[in-house]
Amino acid sequence: MDLTLRIWRQADGDAAGAFAVYAIAGINPDMSFLEMLDILNEQILADGGEPVEFESDCREGICGTCGVVVNGIPHGPEKATATCQLHMRKFHDGDTVTVEPWRATAFPVLRDLVVDRSALDRIVEAGGFITAPTGAAPDANEIPVPKEAAEASMDAAACIGCGACVAACPNGAAQLFTAAKLAHLDLLPQGQAERFRRTEAMVDRMEDYFGSCTNHGECEEVCPKEISIDFIAMMNRDYIRAKFKNLRRLGQRKVG
Amino acid sequence: MPVSSDVTLDPKVPPGPIEDKWATHKFDMKLVAPHNKRRFTVIVVGTGLAGAAAAASLGELGYNVEVFTYNDSPRRAHSIAAQGGINAAKNYKNDGDSVYRLFYDTVKGGDFRAREANVYRLAEVSVDIIDQCVAQGVPFAREYGGLLDNRSFGGAQVSRTFYARGQTGQQLLLGAYQALARQVAAGMCRLHTRRELLDIVLKDGRAVGIVCRDLVSGAITRHSGHAVVLATGGYSNAFYLSTNAMYCNVTAAWRAHRHGALFANPCFTQIHPTCIPASDEFQSKLTLMSESLRNDGRIWVPKDPEDTRPPDEIPETDRDYYLERRYPAFGNLVPRDVASRAAKREVDTGHGVGSLGNGVYLDFGDAISRLGADTIGERYGNLFEMYERITDENPYVVPMRIYPAPHYTMGGLWVDYNLMTTVPGLYAAGEANFSDHGANRLGASALMQGLADGYFILPYTIGDYLAGQLGESTVPTDDPVFAEVETDVSDRVARFVGNGGTQSPDHYHRALGKVLWDSCGMERGREGLEKALAEIPAIRDEFRKNVRVPGTAESLNSSLEKAGRIDDFFGLAELMCRDALLREESCGGHFRVEHQTDEGEALRDDENFAHAAAWEWQGEGTEPVRHTEPLDFEHVQLTQRSYK
Ligand SMILES: Cc1cc2nc3c(=O)[nH]c(=O)nc-3n(C[C@H](O)[C@H](O)[C@H](O)COP(=O)(O)OP(=O)(O)OC[C@H]3O[C@@H](n4cnc5c(N)ncnc54)[C@H](O)[C@@H]3O)c2cc1C
Ligand code: FES
Repeated sequence: MDLTLRIWRQADGDAAGAFAVYAIAGINPDMSFLEMLDILNEQILADGGEPVEFESDCREGICGTCGVVVNGIPHGPEKATATCQLHMRKFHDGDTVTVEPWRATAFPVLRDLVVDRSALDRIVEAGGFITAPTGAAPDANEIPVPKEAAEASMDAAACIGCGACVAACPNGAAQLFTAAKLAHLDLLPQGQAERFRRTEAMVDRMEDYFGSCTNHGECEEVCPKEISIDFIAMMNRDYIRAKFKNLRRLGQRKVG
Repeated sequence: MPVSSDVTLDPKVPPGPIEDKWATHKFDMKLVAPHNKRRFTVIVVGTGLAGAAAAASLGELGYNVEVFTYNDSPRRAHSIAAQGGINAAKNYKNDGDSVYRLFYDTVKGGDFRAREANVYRLAEVSVDIIDQCVAQGVPFAREYGGLLDNRSFGGAQVSRTFYARGQTGQQLLLGAYQALARQVAAGMCRLHTRRELLDIVLKDGRAVGIVCRDLVSGAITRHSGHAVVLATGGYSNAFYLSTNAMYCNVTAAWRAHRHGALFANPCFTQIHPTCIPASDEFQSKLTLMSESLRNDGRIWVPKDPEDTRPPDEIPETDRDYYLERRYPAFGNLVPRDVASRAAKREVDTGHGVGSLGNGVYLDFGDAISRLGADTIGERYGNLFEMYERITDENPYVVPMRIYPAPHYTMGGLWVDYNLMTTVPGLYAAGEANFSDHGANRLGASALMQGLADGYFILPYTIGDYLAGQLGESTVPTDDPVFAEVETDVSDRVARFVGNGGTQSPDHYHRALGKVLWDSCGMERGREGLEKALAEIPAIRDEFRKNVRVPGTAESLNSSLEKAGRIDDFFGLAELMCRDALLREESCGGHFRVEHQTDEGEALRDDENFAHAAAWEWQGEGTEPVRHTEPLDFEHVQLTQRSYK
């Protein structure tokens, strides 16, 4: 198939970007979207230009490295599919395809389609862990975890941290990412001891970087792992409880 | 074979009965007192299972840890893609598993080319890994009673594999990443993301630091430490097409090798039997379908190579279930190397299926009629979906097509019992070392080894080395040893960017991959290897002359990143072929056509090759020197593997 590609080109974070238009021919429908971009880059390089910078590592939909906005939709038209798992058979001969980087204040563009998503790591550093020093753990079967709890936790833990939820949100909020991270740990017995401290710290850190959620639900729509926005409700409820609990703890502390 | 005199391969295996070696050694090693730990800086390169676990544990102990990864986040390391599971000798199933059995299976599965003492320790700490991961919140699969579920994996005759749906690697890595994040927050670990190690710095023969490139700004940076850990993964991408992530490369290990770290058993590579066959020449990587599929799927090809009927129209009598036929005891569950070679034989004799004739069928028809589509969906639903997304074919209806692909590398930097390379102060962990898997790795054992190295071995053994350096400060980064390496690195970068040239880096990577796959892939023959040894340097010279790296060195430039990685793959590829050529036997993943039984099975030569081969760099264009570490098998008796 033959396509026209409109691709966002931007030399670096400070440069102004613009769309460049490329024609590409003879694309095999069984090819992945990123393989199509590989071919485009071979073509650009042969013509003496600079290839379009984009990121991908696993190309299996699990590492969360890839991610571009295809025709206005983060990760493109196929539901529950990361960009690297999108195939050209979802497009038609003659289509014009627009490709842009994630657009969000918290994700500055580094070059072309590559953005900086490290703010997501900062949220995890605020408390997205269980304090379990190496070597101190009891026998694994001493903590029975109901199958349903393990499954629900896994539903949240499946998040690949790609940032599509942020890119899709009109406010550039990271609620779905943060809620998934929290639910992964908070749904397990091992996660209870730090649950409320974790919730408050992660939500507060999130708000340092990201916009606020106004319940658009766009995030769930584009999530390649179909993470449910129900986790956001759980996070919000826990956050309010955390504020009270943590305040109470503060009140019991000796002052002066 | 010439042997240079000044390298001694001392595996430093502690004395005593195998069951007690690790405990005794832990007691005998020197300790660093808690208040002294913060005086030491450890550099950890890599944030996969091995690197993240090591960094987090070292930080927790109180060391200053500088952590490096070329990924944009530590959580994205290649480990994330592991699907099937992780082994541990917990014997939760009461089916006769034990530390000794896991040890035994690993030595035997590795075709008797691993160091017994290391493998025993691996089996021993395997049980702690599961405890650690559960405490961290890894959501392993559970039974209804809330206890951990296990499955049998990769042909093991006990159920010792722990798993989290089809995303075990992801969940284990998130556990290690979270532990690392905790240490970052505590100020013990400092993260350097999008930072690629381009060389190692030595002073007076010891590893004292690294030189990196900031992949966004292009700046070359220097970092100093008391010890350096390379947890930089495997080198399957030397083949171009493999199941590894796109960025995986050998640069860190290869640069260490050039500085005197011996590289062991480079020809020991694992070809995984169940991957989706390539669909065209632009294929950028191959996708693995979990080995667990072989528990219920049956592998077959049409008996008649001319048979072009769609699979559902081929009656039972015209199908050849060749694994079940040739290996009645293990059937579809024979080890990876055996299954892969058998598939290659079918395709090579014209029995391949699919439009390119490059696959064999993995058929769930029987399992679905026996257990129902629901049960099969419960077991493999996400894998079936992934397969359909890629191939547009529904495996509930049409048999899957599979073919072997490069997947894992057992070879790597030679390390002693302490995981130290032949360069003092330089350690290698995870897939980057020549590891505990001998000539063939068992399924679900790489995750186990990476986490064993990172959580439970390095944190002890590094202390022993550091204790001897108390009072010494790190080498300042303005020391001439750093300047010299930096100049070298900058020159190399500048050469690529200013090269002119007409062909993309990938063009040469594909060319190298083809030579390597044809000569040093599933089967190796003298003639092919000798030819490859002539071809590889020729392609490398052509690459250096004619590769085109557009853009500048002072910006994000993926062509430049690729060019440097490919340059190092050339050197490694040559070493792989040389190693394969000199290992005149077949063992595990190394199958020399000249050394097989009448029935076409691998023929080991224990008399002459019961050793690890460790290569010493002598400069480009000069033949490296082959050293050997003899392997003694005191506990597991040397036998011919038989799966019939
Ligand atoms: C598809 C697939 C499925 C698998 N499934 C299983 C399974 O079910 N069970 C199992 O046991 N094993 C499995 N394996 C194997 C296993 O995943 C790997 O062997 C293991 O995860 C390797 O971990 P590691 O920590 O050694 O390295 P990696 O995870 O490869 O990490 C390497 C790290 O080093 C960094 N790095 C490398 N070079 C540099 C450099 N020059 N500068 C800076 N940073 C650098 C990278 O950024 C990365 O952080 C699978 C492998 C594949 C490909
Ligand atoms: S490249 Fe890993 S999720 Fe797409």
